[in-house]
Amino acid sequence: MTDLPNPLPAAAPAPDPWESLKAFTAARIALGRTGTSVPLREALAFKLAHAHARDAVYSTLATQELLAELEKLQLPVLQVRSRARNRQEYLQRPDWGRQLDEESETLLAGLAEQETDVAIILADGLSATAINEHALPLLQLLVPQLHQAGFRLAPITLAEQARVALGDAIGQRLGARLTLLLIGERPGLSAPHSLGAYFTYGPRPGLTDEARNCVSNIRPEGLPYHLAAGKLLFLIQQALRRQLSGVGLKDDTGLLAE
Amino acid sequence: MAYRYVIRHHAYTFDDLKTLLARASPLRSGDVLAGVAAATYEERVAAQLALADVPLRDFLHEALVPYEQDEVTRLIIDTHDAAAFAPISHFTVGQLRDWLLSDEADAPALQALAPGLTPEMVAAVSKLMRNQELIAVARRCEVVTRFRNTLGLRGHLATRLQPNHPTDDLRGIAASLVDGLLYGSGDAVLGINPATDNPHTVHQLLNMLDAVCEQYAIPTQSCVLCHVTTTLELLNRSAPVDLAFQSIAGTEAANSSFGINLGLLQEAWEGTRALNRGTVGQQVMYFETGQGSALSANAHHGLDQQTCEARAYAVARRFDPLLVNSVVGFIGPEYLYDGKQIIRAALEDHFCGKLLGLPMGMDVCYTNHAEADQDDMDTLLTLLGVAGCNFIMGVPGADDIMLSYQSTSFHDALYLRRVLGLRPAPEFEAWLEQQGIFNAQGQLLPASASAQLLGRLPAALR
Repeated sequence: MTDLPNPLPAAAPAPDPWESLKAFTAARIALGRTGTSVPLREALAFKLAHAHARDAVYSTLATQELLAELEKLQLPVLQVRSRARNRQEYLQRPDWGRQLDEESETLLAGLAEQETDVAIILADGLSATAINEHALPLLQLLVPQLHQAGFRLAPITLAEQARVALGDAIGQRLGARLTLLLIGERPGLSAPHSLGAYFTYGPRPGLTDEARNCVSNIRPEGLPYHLAAGKLLFLIQQALRRQLSGVGLKDDTGLLAE
Repeated sequence: MAYRYVIRHHAYTFDDLKTLLARASPLRSGDVLAGVAAATYEERVAAQLALADVPLRDFLHEALVPYEQDEVTRLIIDTHDAAAFAPISHFTVGQLRDWLLSDEADAPALQALAPGLTPEMVAAVSKLMRNQELIAVARRCEVVTRFRNTLGLRGHLATRLQPNHPTDDLRGIAASLVDGLLYGSGDAVLGINPATDNPHTVHQLLNMLDAVCEQYAIPTQSCVLCHVTTTLELLNRSAPVDLAFQSIAGTEAANSSFGINLGLLQEAWEGTRALNRGTVGQQVMYFETGQGSALSANAHHGLDQQTCEARAYAVARRFDPLLVNSVVGFIGPEYLYDGKQIIRAALEDHFCGKLLGLPMGMDVCYTNHAEADQDDMDTLLTLLGVAGCNFIMGVPGADDIMLSYQSTSFHDALYLRRVLGLRPAPEFEAWLEQQGIFNAQGQLLPASASAQLLGRLPAALR
């Protein structure tokens, strides 16, 4: 028989007696402790959540899969890039993420002019994974509804290293009355793959955030696809009818207040 | 006026003082984004060499943002204390750096000097100092403030309990609040960032915090960090406002993008003081700042972001605040790219604030798109503890589920207090002991139902 230290060290730190309060919040409460430190299980859970968020920031658009699926929506698809050439530049130069690179400018300039109502843009933003996971399920609901409402749709654009305002240049070149830009939101620890939808009436470079409306947190555990699609359709109809977006639209509908 | 420095036959010229300061600033992404950073390592050092020879008096004569255009400049110039400045009025920036590090610059000397220093002088000297020097000088400053307890005493570290919830759910917030109190957090303030600035919601949150403080007789203050205009409205409705909060910046244009000006802050200051809710003092203002805010509002006037930040401290200083903290890593990687830049900026902000006489705390934090992680925050937290930072944040598990960023946890504060022998605010420590949360040595007792608080939870949780 081996001599064991006496008393035996506890196998794991004791839980906090107020664990029941966890029912009231998703915050990391009642973690317990060993000394002044967070128990290992909780420390690694945090690390895993941060890893998911970091991986989301460095994720890239699954272009081939997206193109194959978008084909089913029977809309032409364009691919563009911003002036930011990689993630490092993207993170440090928001101004470059708002401008098209030369090749993309040329591509869009070469398109035949045709007035449309809505240009849909899929932008990687800070989580391409959010686009890869949520953009198609949302569009599969929304695109038929937009058609049904009689709107003319521009080609769908896939945009890499893109910020929200890149949509203004794209929308203008496409001759669209309104852009709907889906973008990966800044990943949080609890939601690394959340999709945001920004729409802008009369897109043109130089607009700022007060010219847009946003529906955020689109994901099955947040705002589910069917609710997001319904909300977007309603707001797009409003924006096109009243010929505006942004603060003015928000003030009036009251429906955007989340 | 132009400044020049020659290194090996290369003459560097800096057109004016603000350009010189920007080029002398340690590298950070926000200055590159603004196009004001030095182009090379050598240019940066050339600027620092030239800056070292600039007389401090120049800062009183050359306004970085024109006096006529900017009320922050007017505040700085008009409230400058010439008598306090007199002992160092013959110094250059370089001489100030050497003097600050000398044994002559003790706590009373630094305290007496504070009103004679302008933010720009302090920003300038910080650019000539290494991290350890920023720590060494800040550590000598003691800035003590009071409302329902005494904050900033040497050897003490306070925490702001930050029990945020994405929908301002009262039970969710109360649950985090109880968790924090049971971990010994909350002496700086019980401070909620509301998800909405809706006055009705803010009022409910204030009532809840006030009830908790009353029920357990906690010697601390509460705050809902809403816009100052919302606070003014709530003052009219007789809401229980302990502290008035506002985010502030270093130029009039940036403040105006926040929807504030000095007059509004004055109104909030007077209105909140008039409630007379403090017990050991009446310092009622809580300000947050952060490098990059002026640039993000396109209101930086060609200044580097650290100089803009120091100017925000002139705004804070005007209103005799209880608490000031920079939210250093919150703004994102386009302003502070990685752990190294965040750590440097935090030490600068703490140093500049303390030297100007402010009760500086720090939100030791980062976002998920910054090149930073918990290890960087541990380093910064420890450095700030050594530097004598007044307070840090206390967020459950370091994960703010409303603002989606990572700050410091209740555990982090326990760690820092233990390794550096730091204590909570004295009144709050006595309360923790009386509640059975801490022992007489200031250490957390084993978590057992013996803590009185658990026996009778706040109304919101019953």
